[in-house]
Amino acid sequence: MTTTNKPRRKVFVTAGCNTISMGSGRKEFHPKKPRPGLEDYIQEAGRAVLKRIGGAKNVDEGVIGNFMAGRFNSQGNLAALIPSIDEGLMFKPCTRVEGACCSGGLALISGIKSVLAETAETVLCVGVEVQNTVKALYGADILATAGWSRERKAGHAYFFPGKFSDRAGAYFAKYGRERTRKAMARWYRGAVENARLCPTAQEYHNSVKDLEAQALVEPNPRSFVEHLNVFDCSKVSDGASAIAIVSEEGLKAAGIPKNEAVEVVSWGQVEADLTRPPDDLTRLETTRRAAEQALMSAGITVNDLATVETHDCFTIAGILAAEALGLAAPGEGPDFVLDGHTARGGRIPFNTTGGLIGWGHPTGATGVHQAVTLLEQLTGKAGASQIELSPKRPYGLSINMGGDDKTVVAVVYRKG
Amino acid sequence: MNYAERLENVAVLGAAGKMGSGIVLLVGMEMADLGLKPENRSKKYVLHAVDVSHPALSGLMKYLREQVRKAAEKRIVALRKVYADRADLIENRDIVEQYAADVLDVIRPVTILEAAAEANVIFEAAPEDMELKLRLLTRVASDSPRQPWVFTNTSSIPIQEVDAKARLEGRIMGFHFYNPPAVQKLVELIRGQATRPEVAEFAEALAKSLRKTVVPASDCAGFIGNGHFMRDMLHAFSEVERLGRELPFVQAVYAVNRVSQDFLVRPMGIFQLVDYVGLDVCQCILRVMDPRLPGQNLRSPLLERVLGQGVKGGQNHDGSQKDGLLRYEKSRPAGVYDPEAKRYAPFSEFQADCDKRLGPLPEPALPWKAAVKHPLKDKALAEFFGKLEGLKTLGSELARRYGARSREIGLKLVSDKVARSADDVNEVLLTGFYHAYGPINEYFSERVTP
Repeated sequence: MTTTNKPRRKVFVTAGCNTISMGSGRKEFHPKKPRPGLEDYIQEAGRAVLKRIGGAKNVDEGVIGNFMAGRFNSQGNLAALIPSIDEGLMFKPCTRVEGACCSGGLALISGIKSVLAETAETVLCVGVEVQNTVKALYGADILATAGWSRERKAGHAYFFPGKFSDRAGAYFAKYGRERTRKAMARWYRGAVENARLCPTAQEYHNSVKDLEAQALVEPNPRSFVEHLNVFDCSKVSDGASAIAIVSEEGLKAAGIPKNEAVEVVSWGQVEADLTRPPDDLTRLETTRRAAEQALMSAGITVNDLATVETHDCFTIAGILAAEALGLAAPGEGPDFVLDGHTARGGRIPFNTTGGLIGWGHPTGATGVHQAVTLLEQLTGKAGASQIELSPKRPYGLSINMGGDDKTVVAVVYRKG
Repeated sequence: MNYAERLENVAVLGAAGKMGSGIVLLVGMEMADLGLKPENRSKKYVLHAVDVSHPALSGLMKYLREQVRKAAEKRIVALRKVYADRADLIENRDIVEQYAADVLDVIRPVTILEAAAEANVIFEAAPEDMELKLRLLTRVASDSPRQPWVFTNTSSIPIQEVDAKARLEGRIMGFHFYNPPAVQKLVELIRGQATRPEVAEFAEALAKSLRKTVVPASDCAGFIGNGHFMRDMLHAFSEVERLGRELPFVQAVYAVNRVSQDFLVRPMGIFQLVDYVGLDVCQCILRVMDPRLPGQNLRSPLLERVLGQGVKGGQNHDGSQKDGLLRYEKSRPAGVYDPEAKRYAPFSEFQADCDKRLGPLPEPALPWKAAVKHPLKDKALAEFFGKLEGLKTLGSELARRYGARSREIGLKLVSDKVARSADDVNEVLLTGFYHAYGPINEYFSERVTP
């Protein structure tokens, strides 16, 4: 039986903020020069939210999503970095949550539940990850902890690219390689083109002309994985996102009008067994269930969605998500993408500021970043990346995935 | 003794030097890789890294630790398979550290030359001094019961001479790595008259396993690489002298250096390259070549003069450039040495004047970096040099003389049978010197020397 997650009380998100997604591709990024640390990102994003909601006095509680600061930054106890955002947060209750790359999504759910439980009217929700502290191959070790540790030894040096390369390989075998690879390249192009419209995006400065041709370079299994090239993968990113999760009272206290907030209509939260391999590599079953739960709880279908923010850690994951949502039948995701349906101006625009591949993937921040993007789009504040909205389709959906389709949070938002 | 057995015991002489340390790195990794193969697990691979001082050997070990780690990081995908049966090595970091330990476990840094006497294979990377090389090889290779095979990294000394004088009876071959050996793809292989076929076979197998680009050269002093470079350098010095009649010395040096880089689309100017190699090293090479190639006047009084004043070039331990004919700021040329005043004149004193005198580059400009990446490189170069020919400027004249001389040198290496073909000459310059085009080309055809 599917649980329905329709709030008994109105919950909104507002005052969202993203730092730059820092890493290769950004002009400011120099791998050998000192860079901001974990706390700098948390403070930058957190302070921007506080400024818009009337200060720390309006915050009842803090929650922070982060995957692996313990290894990337030798830092634990992250809840205690929330008070470093503002003196006014000292001694307020704070929680850190972890669910690999879905940590940000879990932070949102944690904040939403606190508002629903009426233990808070306003929750400051932060997601953060600072990953450029180690070289990519050592970062791969750290990110691999999102998989089952007993699989690490037999896994690829680049563990998660290896996992999704296996998925891509299985998909190629079942549905054909050429068209799928073309769709992956198209996905990459869409991601970068959208990122060029968002000044905080990691690919904002990308000026490559023929992105699809670039993305069609043959994978090289000697130096990387068998079925993916580097353009199929999200990059290594440093960044934080923060947002306020509020009740109607919270919104009032902050002095924010409803049209500057979006309502959390419903959510889906699904967990699969880390020790069990996927039944079918060509499907994202956990993602499918989370999205279904969210849409059913909201009483809507995919046709009511104005836009989707999906977890495209790899291009193939973007295509599989379109299928998991039922937008395309199994094996037809590539056509859906190649026909332009997921593009800006298409039937249902995906990842309008670039998603994980274009905007960046500071792992623990990604779920919160998706909420900020949907907030901006649905309130018409997305700047150059703004999509056209139809009053007939006021909803936005986010899908945040941890590990290889293990921990998934999907949230449905509606214009406030 | 097969390939894997022969490499069980190796010595590198001059191991802590610029070339030696790279050879230790490459050969040490090759030995460790062999040792990691299941069929070789019972063998014990040992590389004696011989040099004169402990501080230098400490520097070598530090270099090796860093470089092996970097190499392991690059090869992580393959190394995970190599260590697949080691249940204790799980993360990439575990594997990189284990590989570094396995390579370093092969290396024995020593100051005692006699340690090399137990080697089957000796790489000789001592300074370019015939007497020194003979002294070393006589002590460890000539009468050794192991009858070791010697691979000398000489870039100029004829192999046959070393063979005869060190009484090696054909157990020697020229194995000329380019600097730095770990990065440079080119290897010149030189057989002496008596070099045994099995020695040559081994050298080819090793070069292949190290994924080097091999160009065979005849056993003629300087071989192909220095055969071209030294004559190219001497042309530059003679141009400085010629120009020096009209221009101050420092301006003449600046002009020739700039022409040989920007106008000829090369990665660096000729005097920057001389500084990179080291003026002292260039001098050693000329001293080898000149007496063995009579009538060619392979000498430079100017080089001798500045060397006499202690100007040497070469690199610091961190790879940064030492001052030589040019002075460097952040490894970029910023001044020219004036042997009269015994000081460096900063570019700022004369650069604008001198550039004006040289005249503009053809439009659109074609910097070396753009040229090597150009999808239609040959066409772009032909266009650039075509326009260069149309310019009636000092820069164009110097460049055309320079390009023509370089071509002449290349053709002579072929007609003297130092190189098998024009392609081989071009390969050496393209790969070993990173040129954008070979010296034997259609861009420059006039004759410079009578």
